[in-house]
Amino acid sequence: MNVPTMADMMAQGKQPEVLFWVGAAGSYDDRAKKITRAFVKILQQANVDFAVLGTEESSTGDAAKRAGNEFLFQMQAMTNIEILNAYEVKTIVTCDPHSFNTLKNEYPGLGGKYKVYHHTQYISKLIKDGRLNIEGENLKGKRLTYHDPCYLGRANNVYETPRDLINQLGVKSTEMKRSRSTALCCGAGGAQMFKEPERGDMDINILRTKDALETNPQIIATGCPYCNTMMTDGVKFHLKEDQIVVKDIAELIAEANSL
Amino acid sequence: MEKFLPNILFAVILIAGGGYFAMNVRKLIRNIKLGKDVDRSDRKNERWKNMAKIALGQYKMVRRPLSGILHIVVYVGFLLINIEMLEIVIDGLFGTHRVFQPLIGNGLYGFLIGSFEVMALLVLVAVIIFWLRRNIEKVKRFWNKEMQGWPKNDGNIILYFEMVLMSLFLIMNATDVPFQEAGAGNVISQFIAPWFSGFSAEELHVIEKGAWWLHIVGILIFLNYLYYSKHLHILLAFPNTFYANLKPKGQFTNVEAVTKEVQMMMDPNADPYAMPEEGEDEGEPEKFGASDVTDLNWVQLMNAYTCTECGRCTSSCPANLTGKELSPRAIMMKTRDRVEEVGKNIDANGGEFKPDGKQLLDDYITREELWACTSCNACVQECPIGIDPLSIIMEMRRYLVMEESSAPQELNMMMTNIENNGAPWQYSQMDRLNWKDE
Repeated sequence: MNVPTMADMMAQGKQPEVLFWVGAAGSYDDRAKKITRAFVKILQQANVDFAVLGTEESSTGDAAKRAGNEFLFQMQAMTNIEILNAYEVKTIVTCDPHSFNTLKNEYPGLGGKYKVYHHTQYISKLIKDGRLNIEGENLKGKRLTYHDPCYLGRANNVYETPRDLINQLGVKSTEMKRSRSTALCCGAGGAQMFKEPERGDMDINILRTKDALETNPQIIATGCPYCNTMMTDGVKFHLKEDQIVVKDIAELIAEANSL
Repeated sequence: MEKFLPNILFAVILIAGGGYFAMNVRKLIRNIKLGKDVDRSDRKNERWKNMAKIALGQYKMVRRPLSGILHIVVYVGFLLINIEMLEIVIDGLFGTHRVFQPLIGNGLYGFLIGSFEVMALLVLVAVIIFWLRRNIEKVKRFWNKEMQGWPKNDGNIILYFEMVLMSLFLIMNATDVPFQEAGAGNVISQFIAPWFSGFSAEELHVIEKGAWWLHIVGILIFLNYLYYSKHLHILLAFPNTFYANLKPKGQFTNVEAVTKEVQMMMDPNADPYAMPEEGEDEGEPEKFGASDVTDLNWVQLMNAYTCTECGRCTSSCPANLTGKELSPRAIMMKTRDRVEEVGKNIDANGGEFKPDGKQLLDDYITREELWACTSCNACVQECPIGIDPLSIIMEMRRYLVMEESSAPQELNMMMTNIENNGAPWQYSQMDRLNWKDE
């Protein structure tokens, strides 16, 4: 894929219209990398002039902050802000609601002020601006349920934008009993992704996947690489991996557009 | 003199009841102020609006329609019937009887008392349903671990208080012969009056006076019960919604003391061996995070006193729903218990806290609870009066990590990875862009 970096751009004296913040999961996790690639295809289809930081990108510090390590968070934040400001970045888009939340809400107080979009918001904007269409009928009639990522939904009140996109896919979408502001967490937030759960009688992702299974879906859609991992594991636990796929909205749009 | 005995007695009871309550309110404010300062003086308009909408308007209560609507009935009834308190106090002090009746005329008076009677009946019904939900239907959130013993009794005692007070109000009206004869406003009590038809006029007068006295004394006892119960929310819901966090729920505070240190570390011109300048007072090095209630801010402590233990938070907490130890309600209850303990310690030691070898962490809130949180904000979202248990959990995690370095091992590995290679996993930063060619 042709993915320019900010350093490339700068060398050519150019400033992209948006920086794509890939995030750690999107860069290294095999499943999340597919989301990253799907989103890049969408950006390319819409002729968006974008760039990534590449090897200059580093953890936003979200997981460290939620684990209680404010030092590490602020070290990461200030290092990232220095780089972002050096490149005079104004607009950022990311597929990770955790990076989205941290960049949007927690960086400004440390000197990093940017217009930050979650990728569903950015795609929605591209459609509104007439730069992108959701075309194909590849997903028409498929049964789908959408899982709200906590850091997109409750944390930032973004509930409708992902749903608007889903509605344009021609799928048959059913809400889970707990959705929007009452959505149940997938179990990954607050640095839980990186540790074993405390003792209890069930893992959270198993419970959340049960919510999804009650809608009898073929697709569980979400907008977060960590939710994706958790729900995928949940589907496997319930032995449904033959019937149900867990997909990011970016992947669904790429599929609809046969990208 | 004897003639004025009831008036004097009434005044004494009123002053004693009011005075004792005022003393406890002072204590309450003192205890809340044990918390650190936090500035919530911004965006005043939004704050007033929130208070009007969430506390006065009960806007978040109806997220759960049944309990929400019943609660609104009790709340409106409580507000309206308290208007009647004004008359009761005047009657008590001056020995009058239904002083407003001639003043505002039978029509208006009848309308007012009539609506109070209807509300009293509705409140009685709602409170009985509440009792049934707690004790017979056994709604799960009233039976969690932290709801055993006193919290369970506390919930029921409040319901009994309300049942008795409403009944007394109706009985008082039903046995008031002139009031029944006037026939204005006795919309409910006229159906109760026949139950007392066997009594003589004098006996009825005694019953009416008895109900009147029990009603007012009951209200004063209830008022003073508040401080010792979860029921303080009827007052604190207002400041609590006013001072609640207005920022996006996902935005956690950036610790300022850390910012200063990190800036120093990153400043290439900073002299790491610099001595403090002459006359510059370095003060105590700041403690990071919270291990006790005095490390929390006053809004968090007010949150703890405001919590009425309804358990909507806990019943939506993913950790609690999957059998983990964590319950956001218990976080609030334990915080309050510890503030109370610190307050009592201060009272017992002449205004100064004497170290008691205890703290909020470990003695009240366990590490297991703190590490089970996914920071999903469901508890914050669900609280009908703006309590934020998550902020307390985060402050305590900060203490565990920054003061004690005692995060779970896997989290330490995750943090080491972020430090070394800028990702929570052990991948080389040089491989960050590999995805584009795969």
